Amino acid sequence: MLVQKISDGTVVDHIAAGKALSVLRLLGNPQERGVTLALVMNVDSSKMGKKDIVKVEQVELSEEQIQKLALIAPEASVNIIRSYRVANKKKVVPPVTLVGVLTCGNPTCVTAKEKGAVPSVFHKNPTASLSYRCKYCSRDLTAQDIVAQIT
Amino acid sequence: MGRGSWDHRDVISILDFSRSDLETLFEAADGVADKPESVRESLSGKIVATAFFEPSTRTRLSFTTAALKLGARVIDLSPDVSSVVKGETLPDTIRMLESYSDMIVMRHPSEGAALLASEISRGPVINGGDGSQHHPTQAMLDLFTVRRLKGTVDGLVFALYGDIRYARTAASLLFALTKFKPKKVYLVSPESLRLRAETKQRVQELGLRTEEAGNLADVLGDVDVLYMIRIQKERFPDPVEYEKVRGSYRITKEMLSAAKKDGVLMHALPRLSELPPEIDSLPNAAYMKQAAWGVPVRIALLDLILGGG
Repeated sequence: MLVQKISDGTVVDHIAAGKALSVLRLLGNPQERGVTLALVMNVDSSKMGKKDIVKVEQVELSEEQIQKLALIAPEASVNIIRSYRVANKKKVVPPVTLVGVLTCGNPTCVTAKEKGAVPSVFHKNPTASLSYRCKYCSRDLTAQDIVAQIT
Repeated sequence: MGRGSWDHRDVISILDFSRSDLETLFEAADGVADKPESVRESLSGKIVATAFFEPSTRTRLSFTTAALKLGARVIDLSPDVSSVVKGETLPDTIRMLESYSDMIVMRHPSEGAALLASEISRGPVINGGDGSQHHPTQAMLDLFTVRRLKGTVDGLVFALYGDIRYARTAASLLFALTKFKPKKVYLVSPESLRLRAETKQRVQELGLRTEEAGNLADVLGDVDVLYMIRIQKERFPDPVEYEKVRGSYRITKEMLSAAKKDGVLMHALPRLSELPPEIDSLPNAAYMKQAAWGVPVRIALLDLILGGG
């Protein structure tokens, strides 16, 4: 399969197979703004078996987007392309603590009641790969909850 | 850890305290309960602020009594007649309270409110209950009561009976029991009021074995401490669900005839129909002593935290 190179933009590689559309939603569906992009799904990967890849022209991910990307595709790598060269390469890492990124699902959590005055704080559960616990009310958000919130 | 570990400490969750911390507290509270006249005014010149955003009788008054006996002055925020009704945020309210006082004792319907307050306040914050999450000082006085009446917490069989899902007293007592070695802990409740999955998992991770039972009669003969819990009407997200379980359990003299002779019956109060007054005269009924011992425990607590006790 041949996908043309991009001159400037971002390549998100090593996305778990089937998650590319969630990554596009995280990027704000740039195709709807006429941005050129390539979506490659279910290609063979020596590391992952199958993987997805997203290439987007003229878009560079912000630090916040990279943090959120780690919650959808924890094994992804992000290549920033400038003038057809890889200017920067990053492996995403799910953050240990997330401040103001997620919303607690517990309606009686103090972060829900004092919305705007108190940012949410979540700590990664050490025992589960993508599960986060609210610092204030100890309720957990599962990987599915998180994807639903940020895409 | 010794008494020093209590100095200016926040009290947010019972899980923040070691067994040794709790034993230090119990020994100090024993001293107060045995010789009330020995209490010295170690909080003289201090101001304790109470801020109860939810109704309270025992917790608020026993903290106030404790502070007054230790020589402190007490200021009280009444949310109904303060700027809270104008929509003032909790962080702003706490900033005011911490600037006016040396310690804040608070209760709030939102889980995590006391933790948030402790992050804002330079002085110690004591959690008098946050939503359905924690009520650490209730757990402290519960274990103090058990220890005083039974001589130990270790090796006893406990049964929590009632609303284990929404009651913070249940969660805090279970967390407190993880610090000790009870023989067994039965959880007896209607299906819809069983312990929340995340609390159950947490308690298990901390090494406490619990066993669910649908019927008290099946386990009562084995129980040393029966801890009754009111159905928490105010925490039901759906009033229809409350109506389904309202009055679904109560203790009777007849039921208690199957209990151990030296078994102890506790209840954090207030009670509704689950604990009829006819039980009060039974030798097993310990809940009035339990409520009264809230004062010596809180005297000891305030003295350790703020009085250099």
